[in-house]
Amino acid sequence: MRLSQDPTIDTVAKLGAVSVAMFAFVFVVMVPLYNVLCDALGINGKTSSEAYISVSAEVDESRSIKVQFIATNNDGMPWAFSPQVTEMLVHPGAANDTVFFAANPTVNAMVAQAIPSVSPSRAAEYFHKTECFCFEQQPLDGNGEAEMPLQFIVDQDLPADIKTITLSYTLFDVTSLMSDKVASR
Amino acid sequence: MGDHHHGPAKGLSRWLYTTNHKDIGTMYLWFSFAMFLLGGAFAMVIRAELFQPGMQLVEPGFFNQMTTLHGLVMVFGAIMPSFVGLANWLIPMMIGAPDMALPRMNNWSFWILPPAFLMLASTLLMEGGAPAFGWTFYAPLSTTYAPPSVTFFIFAIHILGVSSIMGSINIIATVMNMRAPGMTYMKMPLFVWTWLITAFLLVAVMPVLAGAVTMMLMDIHFGTSFFSAAGGGDPVLFQHIFWFFGHPEVYIIILPAFGVISQIIPAFSRKPLFGYASMVYATAAIAFLSFIVWAHHMYTVGMPVAGELFFMYATMLIAVPTGVKVFNWVTTMWRGAMTFETPMLFSIGFLVLFTIGGFTGLMLSIAPADFQYHDTYFVVAHFHYVMVAGAVFSMTAAIYFWLPKWTGRMYNETMGKVHFWVSFIGFNITFFPQHFVGLAGMPRRIPDYALQFADFNMMSSIGAFIYGASQLLFLYNVIAAIVAGEKVSDEKVWDGAEGLEWTLPSPPPYHTFETPPKIEEQPAH
Amino acid sequence: MLNARALAATALLPLAANAQNQVNMSTGVSEAGAVITDLGVEIYDLHMLIFWICVVIGIGVFGVMLYSIYAHRKSKGVEPSQFHEHTGVEIAWTIVPFFILIGMAVPATSTLLEVYDNDDAEMSILVTGYQWKWKYEYLDADGENVAFFSNLATSQEQIYNTDTKGENYLLEVDEPLVIPVDTKVRFLITANDVIHSWWVPEIAVKRDAIPGFINEAWTRVLAEGVYRGQCTELCGAYHGFMPVEVHVVGQDEFDDWMAAKKGAAAADAALAATELSVDELMARGEDVYNASCLACHGANGEGGLGNAIAGSAIAMGGLDSHLNVIVNGVAGTAMQAFGAQLSDVDVAAVTTYQRNAFGNNTGDVVQASDVVSYKEG
Repeated sequence: MRLSQDPTIDTVAKLGAVSVAMFAFVFVVMVPLYNVLCDALGINGKTSSEAYISVSAEVDESRSIKVQFIATNNDGMPWAFSPQVTEMLVHPGAANDTVFFAANPTVNAMVAQAIPSVSPSRAAEYFHKTECFCFEQQPLDGNGEAEMPLQFIVDQDLPADIKTITLSYTLFDVTSLMSDKVASR
Repeated sequence: MGDHHHGPAKGLSRWLYTTNHKDIGTMYLWFSFAMFLLGGAFAMVIRAELFQPGMQLVEPGFFNQMTTLHGLVMVFGAIMPSFVGLANWLIPMMIGAPDMALPRMNNWSFWILPPAFLMLASTLLMEGGAPAFGWTFYAPLSTTYAPPSVTFFIFAIHILGVSSIMGSINIIATVMNMRAPGMTYMKMPLFVWTWLITAFLLVAVMPVLAGAVTMMLMDIHFGTSFFSAAGGGDPVLFQHIFWFFGHPEVYIIILPAFGVISQIIPAFSRKPLFGYASMVYATAAIAFLSFIVWAHHMYTVGMPVAGELFFMYATMLIAVPTGVKVFNWVTTMWRGAMTFETPMLFSIGFLVLFTIGGFTGLMLSIAPADFQYHDTYFVVAHFHYVMVAGAVFSMTAAIYFWLPKWTGRMYNETMGKVHFWVSFIGFNITFFPQHFVGLAGMPRRIPDYALQFADFNMMSSIGAFIYGASQLLFLYNVIAAIVAGEKVSDEKVWDGAEGLEWTLPSPPPYHTFETPPKIEEQPAH
Repeated sequence: MLNARALAATALLPLAANAQNQVNMSTGVSEAGAVITDLGVEIYDLHMLIFWICVVIGIGVFGVMLYSIYAHRKSKGVEPSQFHEHTGVEIAWTIVPFFILIGMAVPATSTLLEVYDNDDAEMSILVTGYQWKWKYEYLDADGENVAFFSNLATSQEQIYNTDTKGENYLLEVDEPLVIPVDTKVRFLITANDVIHSWWVPEIAVKRDAIPGFINEAWTRVLAEGVYRGQCTELCGAYHGFMPVEVHVVGQDEFDDWMAAKKGAAAADAALAATELSVDELMARGEDVYNASCLACHGANGEGGLGNAIAGSAIAMGGLDSHLNVIVNGVAGTAMQAFGAQLSDVDVAAVTTYQRNAFGNNTGDVVQASDVVSYKEG
């Protein structure tokens, strides 16, 4: 498709369009593609940020999977944050639940966001959370405490060579990102 | 149509307003040489601090600023503009065109560079210091944890990107639309082919770099979370986007260098380039493959094994077309009648040392072994072999080769040879030991190191001072030639040189090929 | 494989024995000839295989080139040939390298799959990269995780050349990682702030530490010993000053060490309920200062990357604002929230130290209970 009669201007216009398209490509294709691939394939250990709707299925009693829980704080996050249990043995297909404890030791109201990460990363797509405190931000008043629930199912299709799954939550302070919860440190 | 032959304007306005490809080429070359010396000065600070274990000269934070600026200035200020300068000078003459397709945009492409680098260098004086996160500026070190000068860094990168994109569009438009009648694609000199392919790479990936720094800007100033896990983003996304640009970038740097070597070796072997068509296809293959190998810079980041394997295989594959080129150059020399003037010395130096860099590149491509090489001095050694002994040697060869044509004056051959040998020896003393310390366990980007790395680091620093000094000799050689060099008597200058540019007087008139030349009937290569 | 291992052990033993001027990667075998890790040996063998293939190809290519430079020179009076293509040869030297690459890819693939074989571990350790130190946390099935920070132990005097450098200059820490020999250990690696990378060359483990994400790596170390490594991803000013030190010990020694660590943690908690003397607080405070504050704030509190403590309005002013800086850090600067990293006793001690050392002499004494009250508001 000619963009101009003058062949030089035609070349220049097409190349200019390619440049603009490649710039747009970064935002419109690379970012969403990365997120889609991570969500769909669990690459980089990202689990879904939405509750899993469980389809009733049989529990595979022949397999025992060790699920480890890790709770860490990101830079500058002062909350106490720990799992109730550090590990559980579960059967694929079974519904499991546990809680994490969080406590805000400061006098100020704060808001936290827990970000999950699963290892091995290819297990992420088989780790279904039916309820997770990581789906929402967690507000806590000054000196507040909370028990935050986690309910999950390990999919029966989990590859046979995976016997240990580690679920790590990193707690971030997102108080300043919340416009309706003004807090000072 | 009258013959409007006016000379160039006089004084500063000549250079400020010129749209002449020869003038613009000259400005690019001088600018890039000044940047080479600036980036080299930063390297001297680095090597001076690394001369011995312990902190002697600078603080660790400042050392990181030196490392970062050394990389940025060398890649974006020295090597890339130097090859654009060559392109400007040579492409119109090589294809029988009177100038570049867009001469006014050409002027802009150059003139935005000095202010951009002034801004980048001025970050050294800003509060918080210059960028200190490496030329690869990974997030979140370059976003959440960056000094205030990061915004100026981003602005400078945008300007450099615009310059490169405009320059590349100009080159493509020129080559595609302005070849003299009879100059088919397969009759073009290989230098023009490599630049054509490089220009396409640039148009494709420079905008990706612009996207990456724009996303950084948004994360830093506008509350987005592209690269921050807190907001649902991912620091590793930055690495993917950066290296999607970054890998083609290194081929952008080396392909024109390949083109230069492909002009010089046949000239001094007095023999045509062996396998012209394969050379074109190999260059295109390298350019294509360069898009699908980026994550070999990220083998330790925690990619799934399928991804690691794909990138490993694709990266290993690039060795094939690259090897073809090396074989073709050696076969060009075979059964030629060689002489070893300075351009040929630098070209042979390129051939040997770039190939060594290629071997270490092959070693690095092996993912499980790379877990021991990644982010060590083994990588630093590899990329300096391909970028300095590769691209810079090629550029140096090009200057010695074409300077007599551009200026009508010959450089001093003995001094040229001295420059070559001091450079060659200095370069190897600097960078060969870095393979050893890297394998022995020394990480990159550290201002101080454990005692077992001391001897080789001292050796490397001494080599760096020698190599640095030899570039001052280069400067002297060029200026001495321009000012007082013997006038060139033979248009052809070099016995075996072929190509349209050698049919022109030395120096060529301000405007050349205003009437297209007759392309001699010869079969396409 | 056995032959290759023996070859590696004998051929490079002289080099490995001389740690100075080492020219090659760790062989995966110790000076005494014991295998350190199987994976390390496998990686070394792969590295040498590729290296020798490159050497052979290099000899071929450079040999032809050097011969040509000698024989095909104009000064010898040769007439240049004009041949410039040969399809057969060109196809050959495209196909043959391709097959050589396949030959390399096969062992490379199998070794890579080994690297990713993280499961069936006997213990898990959470490794977190901080600016500029490592934190190790042993994940205990009963939830009694032992956790501690591992700081560079080399003194500033050695770094700034007023004292002679020790043998393990820049590669020594105050609290090393201790693991039992012949045990499959799984490392879970993350970061607190920016990207770091955890690397121990002799056991051939390197993995990036990415904030908000968890990576895994594994090792089974077969030879007891001390293995040292460094951070391998630029992470800020002191990237070169956060080493890794791993002690691999027998199972019994490990169990004793673990018991002692748990005991120390309990003792520290008990200590927080008591009142310490000024001397005890100052002595402990000085240790904490040297490990955690000195690099940025100077050996004499004179400042550097961080503000001066000597004569500082904060260190000599209200206790609450002083504790606020130490416990909560200062957002937007390199001053971290040490409340999350130091025990209450340590915070009390270092605060006491800062308020009284460097000529500050406020006479203030801060106890762990003061810190607890501060944190509770």
